[in-house]
Amino acid sequence: MNQQVDRSKRRFLVAATTVVGGAAGVAALTPFVLSMMPSERAKAAGAPVEVDISKVEPGMQLAVAWQGKPVWVVNRTPAMLSKLPGLAPRLVDPNSDVPQQPPYCKNVNRSIKPEYLVVVGICTHLGCSPTYRPELGPPDLGADWPGGWFCPCHGSRYDLSARVFKNVPAPMNMLVPPHYYMSDSRILVGESTKKGA
Amino acid sequence: MSAMQKMIGWIDDRFPLTVTWKAHLSEYYAPKNFNFWYFFGSLALLVLVNQIFTGIFLTMNYKPDTLLAFGSVEYIMRDVDWGWLIRYMHSVGASMFFVVVYLHMFRGLIYGSYRKPRELVWIFGMMIYLALMAEAFMGYLLPWGQMSFWGAQVIISLFGAIPVIGDALSTWIRGDFVVSDATLNRFFAFHVIAIPLVLLGLVVAHIIALHEVGSNNPEGIEIKKVKDPVTHIPLDGIPFHPYYTVKDIVGVVVFLMVFSAIIFFAPEMGGWFLEPDNFIPANPMKTPPHIVPLWYFTPFYALLRAVPNKLFGVIGMGAAVLIITFLPWLDRAKAKSIRYRGPIYKTFLTLFVISFVGLGYLGTKEPTPVHTAFARIFGTIYFAFFLLMPLYTSIEKTKPVPERIPE
Amino acid sequence: MKKLLIALLFAPLTVFASDEGAYLDKAPVNLSDYPSIQRGAKIFTNYCLSCHSAEYMRYNRMVDIGLTKEQIKKNLMFATDNVGSTMKIAMRPDDAKKWFGVPPPDLSVIARSRTPDWIYTYLRSFYLDDSRPTGWNNTVFANVGMPHVLWTLQGEQVLKKSGVDGSKPVFELVKQGKLTPVEYDATVGDLVNYLTWMSEPSKMKRLETGVYVLLFLGIFFILTYFLKKEFWKDVH
Repeated sequence: MNQQVDRSKRRFLVAATTVVGGAAGVAALTPFVLSMMPSERAKAAGAPVEVDISKVEPGMQLAVAWQGKPVWVVNRTPAMLSKLPGLAPRLVDPNSDVPQQPPYCKNVNRSIKPEYLVVVGICTHLGCSPTYRPELGPPDLGADWPGGWFCPCHGSRYDLSARVFKNVPAPMNMLVPPHYYMSDSRILVGESTKKGA
Repeated sequence: MSAMQKMIGWIDDRFPLTVTWKAHLSEYYAPKNFNFWYFFGSLALLVLVNQIFTGIFLTMNYKPDTLLAFGSVEYIMRDVDWGWLIRYMHSVGASMFFVVVYLHMFRGLIYGSYRKPRELVWIFGMMIYLALMAEAFMGYLLPWGQMSFWGAQVIISLFGAIPVIGDALSTWIRGDFVVSDATLNRFFAFHVIAIPLVLLGLVVAHIIALHEVGSNNPEGIEIKKVKDPVTHIPLDGIPFHPYYTVKDIVGVVVFLMVFSAIIFFAPEMGGWFLEPDNFIPANPMKTPPHIVPLWYFTPFYALLRAVPNKLFGVIGMGAAVLIITFLPWLDRAKAKSIRYRGPIYKTFLTLFVISFVGLGYLGTKEPTPVHTAFARIFGTIYFAFFLLMPLYTSIEKTKPVPERIPE
Repeated sequence: MKKLLIALLFAPLTVFASDEGAYLDKAPVNLSDYPSIQRGAKIFTNYCLSCHSAEYMRYNRMVDIGLTKEQIKKNLMFATDNVGSTMKIAMRPDDAKKWFGVPPPDLSVIARSRTPDWIYTYLRSFYLDDSRPTGWNNTVFANVGMPHVLWTLQGEQVLKKSGVDGSKPVFELVKQGKLTPVEYDATVGDLVNYLTWMSEPSKMKRLETGVYVLLFLGIFFILTYFLKKEFWKDVH
């Protein structure tokens, strides 16, 4: 064996090979990680959807699929809307300070037009889809129930603007997706303004 | 004592980490004279890892269903981000696996690596080769193209040649009366889990057996015969790590350059790695005019066609694979390595290589009378190489093998 | 010895020639010629996409050849309005089988199974033949079930001399179409260019990535080579 080993040269070469080899490893791994992102098919299925809202009668809820998730369109009556401001003390985030809605929906109705609420119907606790309970004070929900959504999984409660009540497991309001009015009777869920052209 | 040493000490008290590291790497003494041919063992391991890794990611998007399989492969090629790369790494990897394994086997052949005491290393190796053939064959059905379908149809029908139970056996393998959804689904199960498990186990056995007896070398000299009287380290041995790890890394990089060049610039390899007909979805009503197995099976396919009888053709093909296993007992020469052998052996070996490559070529061609005649000549030489080996290796004088590896 | 062996291993690669006898012209494929691929896409969606599907091809993939989603929607999409959908057709395979004898094949990967040269020659080799139910025959694909869909462009031609033993057949144009023969060849060339691109839309990215990978490995090789050399100074 040769006794005249140049230690520093060896250390340099080992370090350089390790670094470059490590970079190669990361680079090689990247395509595999990216391959697990939504594919073109999933993106095509997640494209914006058009909803005809003219058929939604006052007080009714329509459910459509967007990105495979339930999106509700609710046509709220003036009576329903009138209760919303008064609920503030009982809510976690009455002013929608948490960005769970596009800026143009940061208001007490959480909507563009007051009556039409568009919301992703997924509970912010663990992802169940809550049940629409518009009636007032039913026996199972208590006399002070003002109408809203009740999550059957873990009992979270939301008002008719999909704002979460205090003392339930869900931490924040349900998500209002980006959407805009293509005409008076049609909305596009998934985009905030007309794109392209 | 540093924290690192402490942790290793903690592990060593509970698990043979340092012992294993020493036994297989830092204190595994390999002959110092490994040449070009000794790269292919570690490369085979690299390709195995590549196949398993890319295979796992393909499984995430592949659908083993006759109605969806072909489409799911195109889905991977188009819609999955970087899916094309993962698929080509796997399909090119399959062919490169055989390239590397054939070169690895040829190394064993020329330097007598199968000879005593490495018979078990050789047998485990042959079992790996068989498992690899099964793995490749079943994997090739999965894209559900025309070649996938008809290739599987032909190969499974081979089992029909077995007297009495043949037909029932091939029906059982297919799980149907033709290659169908049932066949595709079970081949998928075998391809993604059953055979890979067997392969991994065999590879471990192959390496453990090798490290038990020690590596052969181009001289065919047993380095363990001459050890340092004090340290008991073979005088002609060097620690595998770092010397052969740094050397193998160079081999790996060169291999990756070839591998990448094919993946990125010629993934179909002119029809040899991906056949044009396999871009047509399987159609049980119409056989393509010219069906060929993938190149790594063609030598045996040519042998099958060279025999004018179904049963004996199948036997001949099977025998051609299995006979390689018996090399340790067929070779009677005093020297292991080709370097100390005489002209008779070298002539036989050359003819054998020509025959094997020739059969591989003929297996891709139509069975015209001329081709069949050549296939019979090559087939005869192929078997003669093995069957006459006890004779020509015992009569031929070999050169004296030195005690130590020459400088 | 080593070189010889490697050469032997790869030598057969060059001999994988087509076994079919028909004479094939060379298709003018150029995957960096986006305008040509775009013109081909237009012909494809207008003439092919009513009987043939391309069900693995998404419309919005044509962004890769320099089109915007709006252009794709306006000029190339007739069957659907989701730009992310695949090129499916309304015709049912059962009906297709009744009309054409065999269902027209999906064209997503046709350029990989048939080769661009084959398609290029095939689409220029239709000739009048009264004995066929469609009135058309083809020198590349004898007795084909498909009629000459592009006849308004090419016009009508008759076969003067069939190509025996792989020689080029001779046609005579008896009725001029909308395009001159030179224009028609260019149009078919565009179509084949599109079909070739569509058969593997990731090809350009593949070639580009390959260059970087090889350059990187080249640098890594130099490094590992010196590492090996340094350590092997110990071994005598």
